[in-house]
Amino acid sequence: MSHHDEFSVHKEKIFTPAFFALLSLTLVGFYFIAVRFIYGIGAVANLSDGYPWGLWIVYDVATGTALACGGYAMAIIIYIMNNWHYHPLIRSAMLTSLFGYGLAGFSVMVDLGRYWNSYNFFIMDRWQTNSVMFEVALCVMLYNIVLAIEVSPAILERLVHSDRERFAKAKRFARWIYPKLDKVLIFFVVLGITLPSMHQSSLGSMLIIAGTKLSPIWHTWLLPLLFLINCIYIGYSMVIFEATLSSMAFKRPQETEQIAGLSKVIPWLTALWLGVRFIDLYTRGYLGEAFSGSFLSWMFIAEVTFICLGAHILMWPKFRTSPRMTFLAALMLALGGAWYRFNVYLIGYNPGDQWTYFPALPEFMITVGLISFEILGYVVLVKLFPFMPKVHDSSASSH
Amino acid sequence: MKKTRREFLRTAGLVSALTLIGSETALASEGVVANPNAVGMLYDSTLCVGCKACVTSCKRVNDMDAAPAPFDNDRIWDAPSDLDWRTRNIIKLHKEEDGTFAYVKRQCMHCVKPACVSACPVAAMQHDERGIVVYDKNICIGCRYCQVACPFTIPKFEWPEALPKIVKCDLCKHTNLKQKGLPACCETCPTQAVIFGKRTDLLTEAKRRINLHPEKYENAVYGEKEIGGTNVLYLAPANIEFEDLGLPTLPEESFAAASEKVQHTIYKGFIAPVALYGFLALVALKNKNRLKDNHQADKHEEKEGE
Repeated sequence: MSHHDEFSVHKEKIFTPAFFALLSLTLVGFYFIAVRFIYGIGAVANLSDGYPWGLWIVYDVATGTALACGGYAMAIIIYIMNNWHYHPLIRSAMLTSLFGYGLAGFSVMVDLGRYWNSYNFFIMDRWQTNSVMFEVALCVMLYNIVLAIEVSPAILERLVHSDRERFAKAKRFARWIYPKLDKVLIFFVVLGITLPSMHQSSLGSMLIIAGTKLSPIWHTWLLPLLFLINCIYIGYSMVIFEATLSSMAFKRPQETEQIAGLSKVIPWLTALWLGVRFIDLYTRGYLGEAFSGSFLSWMFIAEVTFICLGAHILMWPKFRTSPRMTFLAALMLALGGAWYRFNVYLIGYNPGDQWTYFPALPEFMITVGLISFEILGYVVLVKLFPFMPKVHDSSASSH
Repeated sequence: MKKTRREFLRTAGLVSALTLIGSETALASEGVVANPNAVGMLYDSTLCVGCKACVTSCKRVNDMDAAPAPFDNDRIWDAPSDLDWRTRNIIKLHKEEDGTFAYVKRQCMHCVKPACVSACPVAAMQHDERGIVVYDKNICIGCRYCQVACPFTIPKFEWPEALPKIVKCDLCKHTNLKQKGLPACCETCPTQAVIFGKRTDLLTEAKRRINLHPEKYENAVYGEKEIGGTNVLYLAPANIEFEDLGLPTLPEESFAAASEKVQHTIYKGFIAPVALYGFLALVALKNKNRLKDNHQADKHEEKEGE
């Protein structure tokens, strides 16, 4: 599965103004992370006993991993639905996923109160397998490793095809391991489809135990199914989002054909999701409540509206080939999908009137810093290693 | 592509059927299991005079910090307004519009099916053979899922600490209960508003009191059935709702049991994930080989064309 002719290094300057802007934000974030570890979580966050989970868990982990589901969604369409037309997009999608999930893992380490005890996850005696979070944690850890392995061919390829004498030992190792990895990679790719199916649905299951603290507009035993479908259409939307942005930022042609194809699939997924959502609300008797005009009902309408609007745009063939319209649609779908997750984890969650939550500035800057770090890592790596799809004259598309 | 879709659907159907069968037979009863040895407390609000001796003795026995009032920077006086990381047990006052009032004692409810125990990924929250829910800070990773899971929002977190832990009532398991046979609050209470005993006995006693003086009590024992039942039971004065005392209205269904049921249905025996992996691997390998064959065929054609 050597793809030397399919991917290329984006040979541009690394130290751009954008690089330094992102680096500054990253450093600010890391400063506040240091404050968190020296002075405690209360010193940087507005979390409370009523709201023990805030921006870090709700965005970085629960929503961020969905936004990082591009690799998962693309792996399904390429390797399972047998559509190799999309293969040029796989590496950049996997890299985005690696950084997104890495961000989630890093955020968890910042959020954990007694982080020094986290080795307990590796002691079988301590495994409490009834806990949904247990499964999510192990699954995400494993998936991070799988993503690193899936990204490694791009890293290795530069070493393998290098003519220079530097890093001879590393290059020898790379040349030895690359063909071996090539043979077994498919088994890791399949694991990389199995694992997110598990933990993305379980991210939904996690809030079942919250019971009456979660509004009935969102609380349902179908949460795992809704979260699973949700992460797949968010995944495709993020591939469109990231591919469009990369083409613009790196002044490369748009992958119009692939994006049009993905755009065709998304409305089916959102239709399925909306169907499950509405039928569930109806059978549980809360459809009226969802449209009652209360604050929470408006949050529900927001999540559904953005998803519907985004999907609606993609139902028109003319729009599916327009970079502007597909980008807009992807943005709306990601926003609506993310809003849904925010509703389940935070907005629809009511522990009692004596508690309120809104992120504190340091708390917010930590998230911003980690996201900047994620983008920074992506931008630097695509300039060092062959992640981007190679620009072939025959497939160059006109705007 | 057509052939693959048909095969895909056929294999999908087979795997789904197998998984369903597998999970059906493996479904354990995660339901609420009554423990005949369970101990707990009975709090009778009609007997409580709001002296808060229980709050003081709890702090003394468990060596806890004072929770100062906003004006007391010197922290001379312990004046908690609610449970937090310094206060495991508290008395609150509820006033009605017509001047009637009632006190309520709040602490861990030691649920029959504790959500915190179900939620904790590393079993830092456990319930023992007597149904006492205890926390072990040596295992806890501080993820705070127990706080999300508890319908009473009982586990409190040491937010101002760099090395924080979770704090909650543990029925004095390692302290007063061990040394003197009952929790400090029950030992101290001058009016016996809160008493310790086996849950079955306490429930009988609670109902006896309601039957003896029906005009004095709300005709219900809070904690008898809520979310599967709690080991700490409550009696309220007549005409005062439990909800007004801050005890949330909860269904009999245990959400912890529901969560476990969903999780077990999907993952029992790890059958479904392995089946999914196996199925996906078969499809992916077939697709990959077909791609390789197509590539070789193309190369062959190119060669022949030359």
